[in-house]
Amino acid sequence: MTNSAAALPSWQPAALRRHPLVERYLPVAVIVAALIVVWYVAAILMNLSLVRDAFEREETAYTIGELISGTMSAERPLLPAPHQLLAAFLDSVFGYAPTAPRSLVFHSMVTLSATLFGFVLGAILGIGLALMIVHSRVLEKSLLPWIICSQMVPILALAPIFIVVLGAIGLQGLLPKSIISAYLCFFPITIGMVKGFTSPDIMQLELMRTWSATPRQVLWKLRWPAAVPYLFASLKVAITISLIGAIVAELPTGAEAGIGARLLAGSYYGQTIQLWSALLASAVMASGLIGLVGLAERGVARQMGTRP
Amino acid sequence: MNPRRLRLGFLVATAGMLLALVLPLSTEATASLLARPVILAMTLSAAALFVLAALVGAPRAIGLGLAGALGGCVASLALLQDATVAGSAAKGFWFIVLAIWLGAALCVMALAAVRTRGTKSRRALDMAVPLLFGAFVFYLWEVLVRGLGVPPVLMPSPSAAAARFATSLPILGADFVQTFIKGVLIGYAIGCGAGLAVAILAQRFPFLGRGLLPLGNFFSALPLVGIAPIMVMWFGFDWPSKAAVVALVTFFPMLVNALAGLSAAGHMERDLMRSYGAGHRQSLTKLYLPAAMPFIFNALKINATLALIGAIVAEFFGTPTQGIGFRISTEAGRMAIDMVWAEIALAAIAGMAFYGLVALAERATTFWHPSYRA
Repeated sequence: MTNSAAALPSWQPAALRRHPLVERYLPVAVIVAALIVVWYVAAILMNLSLVRDAFEREETAYTIGELISGTMSAERPLLPAPHQLLAAFLDSVFGYAPTAPRSLVFHSMVTLSATLFGFVLGAILGIGLALMIVHSRVLEKSLLPWIICSQMVPILALAPIFIVVLGAIGLQGLLPKSIISAYLCFFPITIGMVKGFTSPDIMQLELMRTWSATPRQVLWKLRWPAAVPYLFASLKVAITISLIGAIVAELPTGAEAGIGARLLAGSYYGQTIQLWSALLASAVMASGLIGLVGLAERGVARQMGTRP
Repeated sequence: MNPRRLRLGFLVATAGMLLALVLPLSTEATASLLARPVILAMTLSAAALFVLAALVGAPRAIGLGLAGALGGCVASLALLQDATVAGSAAKGFWFIVLAIWLGAALCVMALAAVRTRGTKSRRALDMAVPLLFGAFVFYLWEVLVRGLGVPPVLMPSPSAAAARFATSLPILGADFVQTFIKGVLIGYAIGCGAGLAVAILAQRFPFLGRGLLPLGNFFSALPLVGIAPIMVMWFGFDWPSKAAVVALVTFFPMLVNALAGLSAAGHMERDLMRSYGAGHRQSLTKLYLPAAMPFIFNALKINATLALIGAIVAEFFGTPTQGIGFRISTEAGRMAIDMVWAEIALAAIAGMAFYGLVALAERATTFWHPSYRA
């Protein structure tokens, strides 16, 4: 990307154009702005017939201006306008007490707790499995191919059965959802950590051997530090998958609370704005969780003395 | 593997097998093993094979031990045909299973420790170990479910799921066409194609690229399957809504990977293309796209899994009355768990075949890449 600055129009002052902040954020800002404009246009076009029908049913005269403002504030629009969605989102986040069933914070918390619990379970399981695989040739040969194979299978399809089976043994609420999340997110962690634990090269392993290090010492002083970058890369993937797992796990059970339940209810009753706000909430949660993992990564890297 | 430990293990397995002769097979009143000549012969020959395996030592013990384990498996499955054993199996039966488990585990361990020279025999060995392991897991599942009498609404035995699979092939076929051929393949083609096209545009106009890359990374980390109910609302219950979800879910991984791939061509090569006076189209088809192939195939492989998941989840929000996701959610609601497992087997086979085809195509088109030349 060395010649990318030269591709910008030449009428811009060169100094401003090369400013790192401008170079980095201007394209993003422009594209986001363009997307919002496209969204508004799409909202007008998609809701137009809806609003026109409503006017014609009441047999009132209408102008084009009224029509367009109607598309911006329809009660059940096909596509809510961005400001309408944002207002609804803020209202459902801040407008109710955090424990009220209409509050999005309440639903987010339900999903978030299942996500986090499942994520912790999955991380422990994934790292433990990776440790076993790294230390046992038998497991590496017999188990690892199956773990890789299971990546190609739509595991999410198993979620409803898990819910039914666990419900039949009397497990309900948080735990089944967390188990699905854990089940979904331990695969990337196992794969990533096997890669990470085996990333030290032969030279380093032989150096440890010349120091007559025990397997435990090799693990703590060589394999773990080498695996840390892989750990965080796979944790970032896993936490999103964990969130998806928790949301999908709420779908087939008819759960009363949670983002998934909110999505399902919204789609049954045609409450599009509620649907979109739930989606927005899941996006906010996903980016927040990834941000947290990123923060932890930076903290650990600083502790380990890595230079940025 | 330590030969003495191997020998001891096989002797313990033999002892376990023989214990079944004296211990009760079932908590209910049933004929003992001594009164069933065929099964008795099988059990005894399995025990004899284990003894032989203990005597001959490592490489030859593998075949003998596996034959013994196979004989034990047949004997225990034959025992489960008896209604007085199935569902109420007792110590004697479980000792047979334990002995088989020990014998099979020893064989797999010894097999994993075998070192071969030739690439062909190594590849065969790399296939054999996981296959044996998988077959044994299925055997354990079958024996545990039937021996303990787990109610079929909780967990069907693999044989029941397989029988259900075989008897409901027309339904499964219709579901496959609805979900996979219509929803997944069409959406996959649209999503990957659009992702690649936008990436090519972004490579042509770097300003666009610098704006799209962070956004693409952001969007590909979002739980995009949540968009499914909206797509169902927009495009109806039939396959277009599933294809739309699949297209959206597959778009961003392709965009991000293809963008990375298109900038993978080295400076030397770019300069060479320029010195040949190659136009944009020529350098795209002759340099940038071939160099991006490994990245594009990486995205295609990631998307193969994502697409199937997207289509199945989208079907939870409403379908015409067929489709893998629809069948899974309704049959799970009706407690017909064997049908659910049959559908899952279908999804698993479809997913692996899809992934395998993409991987084969990758091998055929990127044979020049260092990772395949070795």
